[in-house]
Amino acid sequence: MRRRYLQALSVIILVAVVFLLLPRFYSNQSFLFNLMLYLGLAEGVNIIYGFTGYLPFGYVGFFGAGAYGSAIAITFWHISPFVCVILGGMAAVATGIVLIPLLRLSGAYFAIANLAASQALYLIVANPTMEKITQGPYGIDLSSVYNADAGYYTMLAVLVFAMVVVAYIRNSDFGLSLLAIKEDRVTASLAGVNVVRARSIAWMLSAFVAGLCGGAFGWFTAVFYPSTVFSLDVSVFTIVFALFGGVGTLAGPLLGALLLYSMYNFIGISTPQYFQLFYGFLIIGLVLFLPDGVASILQKGKVYVP
Amino acid sequence: MNLFVYTIIAGIMYGIFFGLVGMGLNIIFGVLKMINLAHGDFIMLGSFLAYWLYGFLGINPLVAVPIVAAVFFLLGLPLYYAFVPRLIKSKDPEMLSFILFFGLSQVMEALVVFFFGNNQRSIPSTAFGSAGFTIFGQRFPIAWLITCLVALGAFGFVYWYLQHTRMGRATRAVMANRDEALVSGIDVERISALVFCMGLVLASIAGIFSFFVIGASYPSMGAELTTVSFAIIVLGSLGDPLGTILGGLIYGVAVMFMQSYFSSWAEILPYVLLIAVMLFRPEGLVGKAARSA
Repeated sequence: MRRRYLQALSVIILVAVVFLLLPRFYSNQSFLFNLMLYLGLAEGVNIIYGFTGYLPFGYVGFFGAGAYGSAIAITFWHISPFVCVILGGMAAVATGIVLIPLLRLSGAYFAIANLAASQALYLIVANPTMEKITQGPYGIDLSSVYNADAGYYTMLAVLVFAMVVVAYIRNSDFGLSLLAIKEDRVTASLAGVNVVRARSIAWMLSAFVAGLCGGAFGWFTAVFYPSTVFSLDVSVFTIVFALFGGVGTLAGPLLGALLLYSMYNFIGISTPQYFQLFYGFLIIGLVLFLPDGVASILQKGKVYVP
Repeated sequence: MNLFVYTIIAGIMYGIFFGLVGMGLNIIFGVLKMINLAHGDFIMLGSFLAYWLYGFLGINPLVAVPIVAAVFFLLGLPLYYAFVPRLIKSKDPEMLSFILFFGLSQVMEALVVFFFGNNQRSIPSTAFGSAGFTIFGQRFPIAWLITCLVALGAFGFVYWYLQHTRMGRATRAVMANRDEALVSGIDVERISALVFCMGLVLASIAGIFSFFVIGASYPSMGAELTTVSFAIIVLGSLGDPLGTILGGLIYGVAVMFMQSYFSSWAEILPYVLLIAVMLFRPEGLVGKAARSA
């Protein structure tokens, strides 16, 4: 057990050191930020999908709630943006609490209801009648507190936090009870797992990570629109990255997000339809031939993936 | 009062069309117990095919119906045999099919962008002439009437197929219980393939007429249509094709009332409706449960 914690710890330290040092050698800070963002989000999806099997198709709702929660706190209260990022995370947790009843739905029904919830949240935030609070469709302008470096290191801290949470779940009794829920809810509850409590905690942790990511994104970007932070693409990218790497492990989603986001950056930004075509085929191929992700290839060869 | 009458009648017509929008998704769900997450994209693809037939070959949308239907039927067969049998044998068909069809929707969207670009496309509503028609003193474009008649025709066809043909009876047996149908000697695989293709055909027909009811088509319109369709079939009841019509009508009238009286919040309606029905009456208005505790 201790050895597994050490392995997880070395993965976390490796990632942290790489992102601490990379800005000295590689000047495209925005690429590095977005890469960390998707690593963090992929681990966030991993918490809920990898360990409990609930597919959060509306995951972007938490991201947007975090970005807006944090931006509204900055605009109205003028407190340190760093505190506001945490408040953004809390805003996402609050959204998650409202959505807890959705966890009663199973499988694809949960996924669609969650998608609908994120769209509803988007339409509320972007509604012109909400202009006094959220600026409606006109977007948020945080250029008065703009500080790219601070935003970058905040995101790094968020990423480390997300990895620590996943490492804990992966190696603890709590994680084991979540996996039991994933296999069979009724049997899990008979074996003494408090199903409702365990899955609600995982759900809120997952929301918290997405909210922190959203807050950091808002601070780093400074100007954003509801259509950016509630874009379905965020959910989709995150889920595909996590699936590709292999959920239920710490390293899988990191690997998936690293490979695919880098690829997106090379071919996707100039001609998004090529990337869309590619990842459409990738999803189909994954489901048919590799439903447990890249990590499962190693696991089949009896290699332990942290 | 005038607005009220208009809202009701427009809502019913709008709802009949949306019954057609949801129908394809629901019959596929009924037989395969899979959610075709690319459903909205099949509607989108159907509308682009109709646009192409009208714009480049001058084929009237009404004449395009059998052509589009045949194309989608033939498209459905390879898609079915490439994916569905493998999915049914996999360890978690419900979830994996959901993800797979999502991938398919992305491929379709990207391909349409390749061929048609990212612009909005439309067939003018004057394709059926500029005449109007009047019900209870309210005037509507003739295209709405034609759309409703086509949708009613499609419902009639589904009803006739399910209730009055041998294959239809077998289909209802597969819907009720796949394993028992297999044991009693029904060729489940063939029925499933047929119904899958029918689902795509119904989606594509909805696509042809979407221009006159919803407006211009664009490649990324699929996701929203899928969500709306899902709201409608959950409302009607999952797996019950004729319940879809009821779901569509409720949705149509509700949308029209929102647009007439609270227009700034009208867009949010399908999402709220979907969540509310799933949480409080998951079995739909006329059907069986689809939720687990």
